[in-house]
Amino acid sequence: MKTVHPLSELKPGEGGVIARIEGSVLRLRLMERGLLPGERVQTLKRAPLGDPIELALDGFRLSIRKQEAERIFVVREEESK
Amino acid sequence: MNANERRIAVLAGNPNSGKTTLFNALTGLRQKVGNYAGVTVERKTGVFETNGAEWSLIDLPGAYSLTARSPEETIARKALRGEMEDLPKPNLAIIVVDASNLDRNLYLATQILNMGVPSVIALNMMDQAETAGAQIDADILAAQLGAPVVPMIATRGEGVEELKAAAENGASEPPMRPWRLDDESEAALSYVSLALGRVHKEASDAELDSEAVRLVAGGDSESTPPSDEAAEAVAEARNTLSQNGHTPETFEAQARHRWIRSVTAKAVGRSENALLSRSDRIDSVLTHRVFGPLILLAAALLAFQAIFSWASIPMDWIDAGVSALGGWVGGWMPEGALSGLIVDGVIAGVGSVVIFLPQILFLFFFIGLLEDTGYMARAAFMMDRFMRGMGLHGNAFIPLLSSFACAIPGIMATRTISEPKDRLATILVAPLMACSARLPVYVLIIAAFIPGGAWAQSLSLTGLYLLGVLAAMAMAFLFKKTLLRGEAAPLILELPPYRLPNWRTLFFRLWDRSGEFIKRAGGMILAATIVLWFMASYPKLPADVEAAYETRLAAAETEAAEQQIENERAEAAISNSFAARLGRWTEPALRPLGFDWRIGVGVIASFAAREVFVGAMGTLYGVGEADDDTKSLQERLEGAVWESGDKKGENIYTLPTAVALLLFYVFALQCVSTVAVMRRETNSWRWPAFAWVYMFILAYGFAWAGRVAVAAFI
Repeated sequence: MKTVHPLSELKPGEGGVIARIEGSVLRLRLMERGLLPGERVQTLKRAPLGDPIELALDGFRLSIRKQEAERIFVVREEESK
Repeated sequence: MNANERRIAVLAGNPNSGKTTLFNALTGLRQKVGNYAGVTVERKTGVFETNGAEWSLIDLPGAYSLTARSPEETIARKALRGEMEDLPKPNLAIIVVDASNLDRNLYLATQILNMGVPSVIALNMMDQAETAGAQIDADILAAQLGAPVVPMIATRGEGVEELKAAAENGASEPPMRPWRLDDESEAALSYVSLALGRVHKEASDAELDSEAVRLVAGGDSESTPPSDEAAEAVAEARNTLSQNGHTPETFEAQARHRWIRSVTAKAVGRSENALLSRSDRIDSVLTHRVFGPLILLAAALLAFQAIFSWASIPMDWIDAGVSALGGWVGGWMPEGALSGLIVDGVIAGVGSVVIFLPQILFLFFFIGLLEDTGYMARAAFMMDRFMRGMGLHGNAFIPLLSSFACAIPGIMATRTISEPKDRLATILVAPLMACSARLPVYVLIIAAFIPGGAWAQSLSLTGLYLLGVLAAMAMAFLFKKTLLRGEAAPLILELPPYRLPNWRTLFFRLWDRSGEFIKRAGGMILAATIVLWFMASYPKLPADVEAAYETRLAAAETEAAEQQIENERAEAAISNSFAARLGRWTEPALRPLGFDWRIGVGVIASFAAREVFVGAMGTLYGVGEADDDTKSLQERLEGAVWESGDKKGENIYTLPTAVALLLFYVFALQCVSTVAVMRRETNSWRWPAFAWVYMFILAYGFAWAGRVAVAAFI
């Protein structure tokens, strides 16, 4: 059974596939920038002060705050590395 | 085609796509910087030639999409549609695309194409694309997109001629939106297009279709349908889309990305992305939990050192050069009103403009380096949490830090802040950071009046700097909570791969910034300096008083005695001036702070620049302007007494007054140049006026409270 988790719960190095994004303005913004349902995303690291986080997506790197990451839900993938 | 015809091209593209580099490569130094009508978004215009035509090239603001939620996106969309006030509809769009991140960049590019704007795609950074493991077939890509594609490396000028040729050949109208939804949804969208067509009679089918897609996505103030019929059709379409399993807000993002992926699947061969893995390795140090902040701190200190102390070397040259020029002209012109105007008004005024250039150049050299390499985004990434404490975004860090040296380059640097309210908040608080011009004032007063030896004095100095920072943080927080409150914009920060800086781009940036400062703010600073000079020099002493000084001078035997008389004359002259009258007139208002009219004059005079306070006080107390002579000025200040009122004969410069004066200088916006730059950057007098008033209230309030508190404590 696949369960979804907020992206903010992923530890650095963990990845997942985006299931859905909440919040209409945020969702559009992120989708335009390539964070689409079905895309693979990996949490690379947290900023030195714990927030924001750096995400690795196919071909680019993006940083968002935890508060936004809480609204992105992913299907966690088993440790791939 | 008529060779004399001036055609219009716009340059569009994502941030970090090398747009600016291409703009410079196309136009060279033939460019002008201004603003888009009514907003503070910068607009660069340049000229380039192809065999058959001359082109005006307008640089559109960098954007990721045309869906219009930020001012940049709105402007880009309106400019492409020919809806900007002072900008005719472009003949051609040159769309810059970062080949190393093709999929993401094609989002904006295909939105523009699907609007029906004749376009040429500049497939930039082909060298990077290779490192990123993308083998792009430009011909297949062009066929898929329906527009010419020119591979290029703008930093090396490669492909620029080919791009010009493609512009010359003229692009045909690109195809309409190639991605499609189900039939029912498409029918609903075409009803919206039809309704729009009845309002915009001249618009092409592609334009109407792209507008229909945008309105159905809706969601902001810019997407109100233009007629009742259109509004109805939009509402209907949103329903239909929902019933067919689409989300009205995001159907475009999903369908367009899916289509783009099918295009790049055909046109791009992929292997391992070495560009990103290299960048990640660099980041494992530069944004490391421990090393990251240390390196940032070191970089910041280096930049600060450059603006603060290295820049003072050329500034001293400029200062010396201006005095020498003044002396030379003064010696050559007959003494009189005209010579005074030229030497102390105009030459000194021009000097006070040029003197800022070294700091501006040093700061923008650093900022340019940080931005071009991609490190600026990392700095914002690391500082975001800290800056959020004051309601700002991580990219406000560098402008505020630079304001420690001087608020002028600091305010100019706020252009890297994309959120308008954040930018305004940063501009409003930047002058609270203790700039280098406050230092001489602080040092003079602290050295003379703060008891307790070197430790207490350096502690006081540190305290003043800290107070400025705290005030800036508190005020930024307050402004963001009240005046500049808005929906908190989410942070979506691109961390581009690290790149080597491009010296040409860096040079253009420095050229731009300094030219603009001189053109936009220079005139105002010059005018203000002349006004202040006039107020301090007029009216002249009556002829008989002058004659008395002349007689005494003639009788003086030693050089020291002569100097003494000259100083007395200067003191008498400034005491008689309009500035002194204004000082006396404002004395009642300043008395609660313990300031006499001389301090009032010093405060007024230091509007030209804060450090002028020291020189002005020197003149007012008849010790001459020599600022290396602060010892004798200190002695005079310590001995100064009230001339009238209930405290007549008592010392003016008591500890409470000194504290009040220091606090006043921490908060007051005592700088004409800052006001001028604020006016330039916010495009209105409203914000500099507001900043001046709020800072004056803070200054007065803190000075008064500080005085009362210290007086009670002693």
